[in-house]
Amino acid sequence: MPLFLDDEQTMLRDSARAFVGETAPVSHMRSLRDAKDPNGYAPALWKQFAEMGFTGILIDEAHGGSGLGAVEAGVVLEEIGRNLTPSPFLATAVGAVEALNAGSAAQRERWFPAILAGDAVAALAIDERAKHRPASTALRAERSGNGFKLSGTKRFVTHGHVADLLVVAARTAGAAGEMDGITLFAVEKGAAGLQAKPERLADASLAAAIDFDGVRVEADAVIGEIDAGWAPLTRVLNGVRVGASAELLGVGAGAMDMTVGYLKERKQFGQTIGAFQALQHRAAHLYSEMEVARAAVLKAQQLLDAGDARAEEAVMVAKAMAGLATTLAVQEGVQMHGGIGMTDEYSIGFYMKRGRVLAEMFGDADYHADQLARRAGY
Amino acid sequence: MSDLETFRVETRAWLEENCPPAMRQPVRSEDDACWGGRNAKFSSPDQKLWLDRMAARGWTVPDWPKEYGGGGLSPAEAKILRGEMARLGCRSPLQSFGIWMLGPALLKYGNEAQKQEHLPKIARGEIRWCQGYSEPNAGSDLASLATSAEDMGDHFLVNGQKIWTSYADKADWIFCLVRTDRSSKHNGISFVLFDMASPGVSTKPILLISGYSPFCETFFDNVKVLKENLVGELNKGWDVAKYLLGHEREMISGMGLGDTAKFLPETALKTVGRDEQGRLDEPVLRGRIALFEVRAAAFKAMAERFMDELKAGKAHPAQPSMMKYYGTELNKARHELIMAAGGSDALEWESEASKGGAAPRAWLRTKANSIEGGTSEVQLNIVAKRILDLPSA
Ligand SMILES: Cc1cc2nc3c(=O)[nH]c(=O)nc-3n(C[C@H](O)[C@H](O)[C@H](O)COP(=O)(O)OP(=O)(O)OC[C@H]3O[C@@H](n4cnc5c(N)ncnc54)[C@H](O)[C@@H]3O)c2cc1C
Repeated sequence: MPLFLDDEQTMLRDSARAFVGETAPVSHMRSLRDAKDPNGYAPALWKQFAEMGFTGILIDEAHGGSGLGAVEAGVVLEEIGRNLTPSPFLATAVGAVEALNAGSAAQRERWFPAILAGDAVAALAIDERAKHRPASTALRAERSGNGFKLSGTKRFVTHGHVADLLVVAARTAGAAGEMDGITLFAVEKGAAGLQAKPERLADASLAAAIDFDGVRVEADAVIGEIDAGWAPLTRVLNGVRVGASAELLGVGAGAMDMTVGYLKERKQFGQTIGAFQALQHRAAHLYSEMEVARAAVLKAQQLLDAGDARAEEAVMVAKAMAGLATTLAVQEGVQMHGGIGMTDEYSIGFYMKRGRVLAEMFGDADYHADQLARRAGY
Repeated sequence: MSDLETFRVETRAWLEENCPPAMRQPVRSEDDACWGGRNAKFSSPDQKLWLDRMAARGWTVPDWPKEYGGGGLSPAEAKILRGEMARLGCRSPLQSFGIWMLGPALLKYGNEAQKQEHLPKIARGEIRWCQGYSEPNAGSDLASLATSAEDMGDHFLVNGQKIWTSYADKADWIFCLVRTDRSSKHNGISFVLFDMASPGVSTKPILLISGYSPFCETFFDNVKVLKENLVGELNKGWDVAKYLLGHEREMISGMGLGDTAKFLPETALKTVGRDEQGRLDEPVLRGRIALFEVRAAAFKAMAERFMDELKAGKAHPAQPSMMKYYGTELNKARHELIMAAGGSDALEWESEASKGGAAPRAWLRTKANSIEGGTSEVQLNIVAKRILDLPSA
C-alpha cells in the first residue's frame, strides 16, 4: 500500500475539510469559550457530524456504520485539529467505538445506534495521575453480587461530565504497575456513586475528575474478559493515540499555515518578513518536521488498519513525533507572529494551548520514547 | 495470490538462493563497498558474484527499462524488491554515481545513442563515474562556474578546474558542467561527458579530517570533448544539472536511514551498563537515544512516503531538498550519539578493536552530509522559496 491517501480517502478529506472549516472554524471554539459553555462541545454540531457519517467511520457496515479505519478517522481528526473544533469525536467515535468493537454484541447494540445518530457522547476514564500511566491503574473493581463495585478516582477525562457512556479501566486483580488484572467496564451515565467534577483546561476544553464511590455495575458491563482488559485497552489506546496524533497534525498544520501566511504579509524594515533568511530557514525546518510527523502518523494508521504486528510501536512513534513537531509548530507560530501572537484576539495562541493538551493526552513524547526504549531492551 | 504476492514470493526465494551470506552483512568500511569500474577491486569473490547475478537480472537498476540494462520493474515491484532486500539484509550490489545521478538524467535528457552507450555499462558496473560540478569559486552558487568549453567545430576544448570531485582519481568518466556562454549565468552552462583518461585531465587527492582522501582537485588543460557527448541542448545544461541534483539529494537523504535501533543502545549498554531495573544506567543518554530513535523511525516512514509519492508522480519537485536536509541532519545527530554512547572506545583511531577507528572516521564523514550535494542552508532556501513560496529579499 503506498504511503499516501488513496482517491477515496482524499475525497473524504476534502469533504471533511470543507465541512469542518465551514461549520466549526476557530471562531466556533472561541464563541463556546467566551460563553463559558458548560458542555464543552455543541450538541447540534455533533448531530451534524453524525449526519455526515463521521461518527460511524469505525463502526462496521452490519451495524450501520461505514466500516472504515484509522486512516479515515484520522482524516476527520486532522480537520478537527486544524480548526480547533471542540468535539467528542476522538473519545466517542474512536475510543468508545474501539472499546465496543472489542466488547459484546449486546454492548454494540446498546451503543452503536446512539453514536451513529449523534445522540450519545462517550468518555475514556483511564488516567489517574497527572501523567499518563495506564499500567498503573489502581481504581478498584470488587466483585459484588453478580457484578462489580468500582471505587477510586479518574482524571483528565475529556467530556467526562457530559458522557452517556464511560469506558473505565479498573483493577480486578494484581497491583498497580502490572498489565494483568486490569478489566475494562462500560459504565452508564447516572450510576449511583458517580460524580464528575469538570475542570477547564488551558485550551478552554473541559476535562473531569471522576469519583467512583462504590459504583455498582452488572457483570455485563465488562468489556472483553475479566482481568484481561489490557488487550481491549491497548486496542482503545492505539486508536486514540493515533487519533490524537492526527488531531495534533491538524493543529500543527493549522499553526504552520497561519504562520507562513503571516510571513508573506507582515512588513518590517521595508520588506515582508518572509524574505528574511533567518525566518525562512526556521519555517523550512518546521515544514520538514511536520512532513516527517505526517508520514509517521499515516504509517501507523495504515499498519493499524492492516492489523500488522508492528502497529503498536508505529503508533508510539506517531504520537511522540506528532507531539514534537506540533510543539515546534505552535512555538514558532507565536514567535514569528511577534506581539500579535501573544494576544487573545489573534488565534495562533489558541493553537499553542490546544497543542499542549493533545501532546499530553494518552502519553507525551517522553512517555512513548521511554516505552519504545523498554521494548527495545534498554 | 495476486501478481504482486507471487512476485514477492519469487523474489524472496531468488534472493535467498542467490545472495551470498557475506553480502548480507552491513558494509564495514569504504573499501568494503563495491564501486565497479574498469579497475574494479572486489573485496571478495562473493562481492563479484553478487554484482554479476544482480546485474544479469537488471536488478542493480530495477526500475530502469530492460533495453538499457534495467529490470523493467513497476514501482510496486521495485518497492517489494527493496523491502525483501532489506528484510534479508542484502547489500546493494553496486555503489554508483552512475546509478544514483547520471542514469536518471540520461534517461530524461540523453539522446538514444547516449542511452545505448552509457546506461547498460552503468547497470553492469563497468564504468565508474564522477561528478564535475563544484569549482573553487562556485560551491553553493554553483551556476557561477567558470570552467570553459570552447566550440571547435566537431568538438569542445575544455579548460578549468573543479574541486571536491569525489573519487575523481578512481573514476573512468566524468559528467561535467562547463560554461559555453559567458553572457548568461544560468543559460550559458552545458552538460558534457568525457573520459577521465583523455589527454589534459589530471587529479590531485585532498586529505580529509577522517584521514581518508576520497576526493580531488581536478584540472582540465585543453581537454578535447566530442560534441556527441553534449547531453541536452547547448547552454541548457542547468536544467540537466538541477534534475540530476534532485536525484543526488534523494540518494544522500538515504543516509538518514542508517539503522542504529539496535546498535546504538547496545553500544551504550556496553560502555555505561544497566541500572537495577535493567535500564541504561545513564538516564539522560537513554532519553536522548530513545527520542532520536523516534525521529529515525518517523523519517523511515517519510522516506517510504517520499518514494511512493515520487514513483506515483505526486511528490513536489523540491521535496528532495527537504529529504536531503532532514536525512543528513539526522545522520549527523546519529553519529554524534554513537560517539557519546561509545565513550573513549569510540575515540580510538587506529586500534584493531576499533576496526581502525571506524566510529570516529564515520562520525567525521557524516559531517560532510550537510555540505555535499548542496548545504543544509541551501536546501532550506529551496524549501522556503519553492515549497512555502516565501518571498525573495
Ligand atoms: C564529502 C564531499 C563530497 C563532495 N563531492 C563532490 C563531487 O563529487 N562533485 C562535486 O562537484 N562537488 C562535490 N562536493 C562539493 C559540494 O557540493 C560543495 O562543497 C557544496 O555545494 C558547498 O560549496 P562550498 O564548499 O563552496 O561552500 P560555500 O558555498 O562557500 O558555503 C560556505 C557556507 O556558506 C553557506 N552559504 C552559502 N550560500 C548561502 C546562502 N545563499 N544562504 C545561506 N547560507 C549560504 C553554506 O551553507 C556554507 O555553510 C563534495 C563536498 C563534500 C564535502
